[in-house]
Amino acid sequence: MYSIFLKEIRQFFSSLVGYISIGLFLVLSTLFTFVFPATSILDTGFASLDSFFSNAPLFFLFLIPAISMGMFAEEYKTGTIELLLTRPLSLNQIILGKFLAAFALVVFAVLPTLVYYYTIYNLAIPIGNVDTGGIIGSYFGLLLLAASFVALASFASSISNNQIVAFLIGVLFCFLFYMGLDFIAQLPIFVGRSDYFVEHLGINAHYLSMSRGVIDTRDLIYFLSLIGIFLLLTKLVMSKKK
Amino acid sequence: MSVSVSNLSKVYGEQRAVDSISFTINSGEVVGFLGPNGAGKSTTMKMITGFLEADNGDVKVCGLKNLDDPLAFKRKIGYLPENNPLYYDMYIKEYLAFVASLYQVKKPMLRVAEMIEMTGLQREQGKKIGQLSKGYKQRVGIAQAMIHNPEVLILDEPTSGLDPNQLVEIRELISNLGKEKTIILSTHIMQEVEAMCKRVIILNRGKIVADDSMSHVKARSHKQAFVNFKAKGKKAGNFHIDHIIFEDLENDFIRASSTKENALNEKIYNYCVENKFVLQHLEEQKNSLEDIFKQLTK
Repeated sequence: MYSIFLKEIRQFFSSLVGYISIGLFLVLSTLFTFVFPATSILDTGFASLDSFFSNAPLFFLFLIPAISMGMFAEEYKTGTIELLLTRPLSLNQIILGKFLAAFALVVFAVLPTLVYYYTIYNLAIPIGNVDTGGIIGSYFGLLLLAASFVALASFASSISNNQIVAFLIGVLFCFLFYMGLDFIAQLPIFVGRSDYFVEHLGINAHYLSMSRGVIDTRDLIYFLSLIGIFLLLTKLVMSKKK
Repeated sequence: MSVSVSNLSKVYGEQRAVDSISFTINSGEVVGFLGPNGAGKSTTMKMITGFLEADNGDVKVCGLKNLDDPLAFKRKIGYLPENNPLYYDMYIKEYLAFVASLYQVKKPMLRVAEMIEMTGLQREQGKKIGQLSKGYKQRVGIAQAMIHNPEVLILDEPTSGLDPNQLVEIRELISNLGKEKTIILSTHIMQEVEAMCKRVIILNRGKIVADDSMSHVKARSHKQAFVNFKAKGKKAGNFHIDHIIFEDLENDFIRASSTKENALNEKIYNYCVENKFVLQHLEEQKNSLEDIFKQLTK
């Protein structure tokens, strides 16, 4: 599994995919957090990173399907999957290795944003007057959300041999789980009856709950099962293709 | 028994790609898979390597079954797939080191250097795979199949895209390897099989139509004799000899064939003398592997 992980990471950084996606994420999130007036924290008067944490999932919505679209689609298209599947590797190792590599790329993208925390820590009056617990919870939530997106996008990549189709399906799945279910919950047939339930099928409710700085086991279980289910579905699709 | 296949079948929709074929291959044998396009060669190979699941039947490699212990099973096999898929954005050494790490080869870099030398890639070793010509890519494909020193090598069209010099080198490489290892290779090129294989399995429409040693298959061809000849102003219809079939060819040549007569040329000569035909040309034809191939896969 480690070999697959390493190979994927090397491929990310030998084909520009890695640099472009990390760069794009950092440029966008910095612009939206510190420059554009509508969302800039410099204009809000509060030393909080809320606007970063509400914008970052939207960037991930496109970036994660983009880095994951080739994960399986390309291997099937070029036939290299044949080489992987005839090696002494289990399907689990292949899927997990690739999943972790894409997740690691997201972690690399998120790491530099710790500078934002340092910035607002120093901007706060008095210095250090920030909700550190809330920010730690938000980072946890953001990483779990990113991992869920990666799992959704890898599943999308396994069902099509065409990378563009895989990307579009990936965006659709991420959107559906991140915001779509919230919108669906507001439909008249759910309101007042099962809207709470439908809303909690989606990622956003759990993400918001974590950003309060409380790491609730229910949220943790939700994220881990979402990731688990979609990785299992990926495995199912791949073993069906045999 | 290095590889044994029994009643192997694969159905795609309505089409029986491989129709219950069985054979066993002993270690140290080089076996050629021959057959027209779509005969089921690649599908059979994919099932042996475990990439495709068979609808029916069993594959054993060195006594192991894929389903019992997939990882040990796959370790025994080196595989060069059809069309030689590779990661074009990786460097040759990087890719071979990656493959070596999957098999947990000891001293991987040493082994990579060995494979590069063995397949004659030294001059190209600093390049990315995508920059290589087809023949060199093919060598990388062969190198990755052999890197873990497998007992069974399965090569799907190993010599496609090679220039004549490379062809000779790769053939020698395969022949040398075949002394200790079991090799199954597929090809469309008959001379290839004649040059490298001791045994040939001819497939047609998913079935084995011939499975014999090279010398037997050739001997079989001598049972049917061919003679091409030319007699001034005469057509096939002018000749009537028992058990011999005459047919017109181009440029007034006539082909005589028989499965019963051995001394065809003598008969024809005598017939021409008796009937006062002017014999201009008489040539015995050797039945080549290509003819056998044509007959069996019609």
